[in-house]
Amino acid sequence: MKFGILVNEGPYTHEASDTAYHFTSAALKAGHEVVRVFFYHDGVNNGTRLGVPPQDDRNITERWAELAKQYDVELILCVAAAQRRGLLDADEARRAGKDADNMAEGFQISGLGQLIDAGIQADRLVVFGD
Amino acid sequence: MATKKFLYVNRKPPHGSIYALESLEVVLIGAAFEQDVSLAFVDDGVYQLLRKQDTSEIGSKNFSPTFRALGDYDVSKIYVERESLELRGLTKDDLMELTYEDEDDDWAEKDAIRIVDSEELGAIFEQQDVLLNF
Amino acid sequence: MSILHIINKSPYERNSLDTCLRLAQDGSGILLIEDGIYAARKNASAAEKLQSALEKHKIYALEPDLKARGIDAEHTIEGISLVDYDGFVTLATEYEKLQSWL
Repeated sequence: MKFGILVNEGPYTHEASDTAYHFTSAALKAGHEVVRVFFYHDGVNNGTRLGVPPQDDRNITERWAELAKQYDVELILCVAAAQRRGLLDADEARRAGKDADNMAEGFQISGLGQLIDAGIQADRLVVFGD
Repeated sequence: MATKKFLYVNRKPPHGSIYALESLEVVLIGAAFEQDVSLAFVDDGVYQLLRKQDTSEIGSKNFSPTFRALGDYDVSKIYVERESLELRGLTKDDLMELTYEDEDDDWAEKDAIRIVDSEELGAIFEQQDVLLNF
Repeated sequence: MSILHIINKSPYERNSLDTCLRLAQDGSGILLIEDGIYAARKNASAAEKLQSALEKHKIYALEPDLKARGIDAEHTIEGISLVDYDGFVTLATEYEKLQSWL
């Protein structure tokens, strides 16, 4: 089956990203396809390259990136939500005249259309949030 | 590919958090995909449709006028749960007037808001293909 | 086998469970996850609601979330099926669509 995953909250503050990760991981292991994982609202903060969580706890950003790499899954940060919250890739940073970018590897910035497209392409859209 | 029925479920009030605004943004962008879109307002989500919102003193963007554009984006089905309104002492008169032009009726301007009771709304949920919550 | 309703907040914090129960049609499923699992605990004031809901819905709870919060099977309302993440995925395939009550 094809799944679309929507993550509405950032790492650590809410359990949403964790639950989404465990679900996505289980789905992929079971042989299902994940059309993409779309991060919206504060969910874009899952894509920060600068997170330094404590050593004895999970690294949510890296965990997503590893899973995505292993199964070739798209991790998409909504461009509008990301700009608003200061999550920029190199192109966005340059366009906005900012002196740094902070997006983690494995994540890409794209438009809200990718969320709708996931809803259209997937057999099931699963939403994780607050 | 056949169109899918998308229902956007709104349960949160405006301004106290960004969910109402950003959910509306998805609806507007989503319009380009020409799917069968409906909106549902339940619980505190009904407050998003209240008239006379004025955000000037809290200094944030008043996005409530944008709801009036929904008709232009082919959104003609805006469901508001009766129980949610009643619990909050609200009636349809407290809500903004949201209309659309019915292409099957000579582009007559019609009311997009449909007040439905819980049973009806529950049945509407079951008819959808994709349920979006923010 | 139409909607799987997903509730992630405690019934004492949010009205998500109440709204879900008001709108969920007979035969739809309910999955408690994250803080939503507190509704599955016996002897709590929400237990009555859950018990009567069991007459119309299959109710599941995500076991990893129960365990995390110190609630064991002994303290879980009878009739609620415990699932893990693999089970969650299976449910997502068995029901036609998912409604996350946020």
